[in-house]
Amino acid sequence: MRNLIEITDLSIAEIDELLETADDIIANPVKYRDACRYKKLATLFFEPSTRTRLSFEAAMLELGGSVLGFSEAASSSAAKGESVSDTVKTVSCYADVIAMRHPKEGAPLVASLKADVPVINAGDGGHNHPTQTLTDLLTIHREKKRLDHMTVGFCGDLKFGRTVHSLITALSRYEGIRIVLVSPLELKLPSYIKKEILKRNGIEYIQTTRLEDVMPQLDVLYMTRVQRERFFNEDDYVRLKDSYILTPEKLSNAKSDLTIMHPLPRVNEISVEVDDDPRACYFRQALNGKYVRMALILKLLGIEV
Amino acid sequence: MNIDAIKNGIVIDHIEAGKSMQLYKVLNLDNLDCSVAIIKNVSSKKMGKKDIIKIDEEIDVDLDVLGYIDPNITVNIIKDGVRIKKFNLELPERVTNVISCKNPRCITSVERGIDQVFKLTDRENRIYRCIYCESKPGSPE
Repeated sequence: MRNLIEITDLSIAEIDELLETADDIIANPVKYRDACRYKKLATLFFEPSTRTRLSFEAAMLELGGSVLGFSEAASSSAAKGESVSDTVKTVSCYADVIAMRHPKEGAPLVASLKADVPVINAGDGGHNHPTQTLTDLLTIHREKKRLDHMTVGFCGDLKFGRTVHSLITALSRYEGIRIVLVSPLELKLPSYIKKEILKRNGIEYIQTTRLEDVMPQLDVLYMTRVQRERFFNEDDYVRLKDSYILTPEKLSNAKSDLTIMHPLPRVNEISVEVDDDPRACYFRQALNGKYVRMALILKLLGIEV
Repeated sequence: MNIDAIKNGIVIDHIEAGKSMQLYKVLNLDNLDCSVAIIKNVSSKKMGKKDIIKIDEEIDVDLDVLGYIDPNITVNIIKDGVRIKKFNLELPERVTNVISCKNPRCITSVERGIDQVFKLTDRENRIYRCIYCESKPGSPE
């Protein structure tokens, strides 16, 4: 039995295999519609989520399986003080695979050590979110037909953004990757990620506070939200917030085949006028999330179609 | 100062001067009934000053714990007054229930009955991180 707790649990070959399966599911959906018949996915969401929970549930339903679970801690025995270990031992009796979101970092790892069925980390606080990273990798691969030899820009909150940290970690294993980090000084990528991931893997990177200056270099632009509560004072937030809002004007000097991504939910960091730009692929990205989760469920259950 | 050589037991040598009491506590040596000698600030050609602990009984010593605290320590096993084995320690890949995670967002802050496990992520700089949340010991980052 295998689990997916962080993206590096998967080798590059395994990621390639998952992306291939996801591509095949997209091309031949009918072939997979009974693949998980009589199998059950438990979605244990100790904190709310829209996209991740619904995409997991849609994924299992499209594979012909069933779904059970809860969508907030208040409607589970966690509200009575039950431990994560006891919860997953119990749920292992009822389900074939578990997807867990939890506000505490490392909770899915604890679950995987105690459960008798595979556990998928569906987000643990601000820590890891590997199925978002698989979604991002599938999206880049489908848009660019490759995962190597490209310049990927990350813009916004690079300090607290777990999707950014995971995607940088995943991309650092491919050849010819160049990273451009665009953020306010207050929200720079943590130094340990620069040191332990980028420098250790010999990844070339630059840091800047101005998106316009680096836009022409980018093959992929990964936008994230700059949240008011991350700033120490209101003046800084007001001064900086517009710099990190993507508008058609800011895209004027971008490559014609740029891929614009966002893990969603978006608030105002990408103006809605950008949605009509064919380079905007964040809603295709959300759709890819369902397909890559279908591929992952099949792999963890050992089902070959 | 004169401390008798032990006949059967363990000599923990080359302890960085001043760290012997920390080792004494971590290894729970206060629970032993046998003689235990802590010798502080012994002159050393290599180290200038060092500490030594002599335990007059063969006990199981967790070498990973010692390696984590100070990888330069050597552990000598003595039998019939003769050294029969010498261990040169190194930083262990993992340490279990030696240090605890201080990150309030970590699952270890609330979950009962799980091991506190740290793994070595940067050997050169001796950096360990919690396996659950990846924080460094004593730091929420």
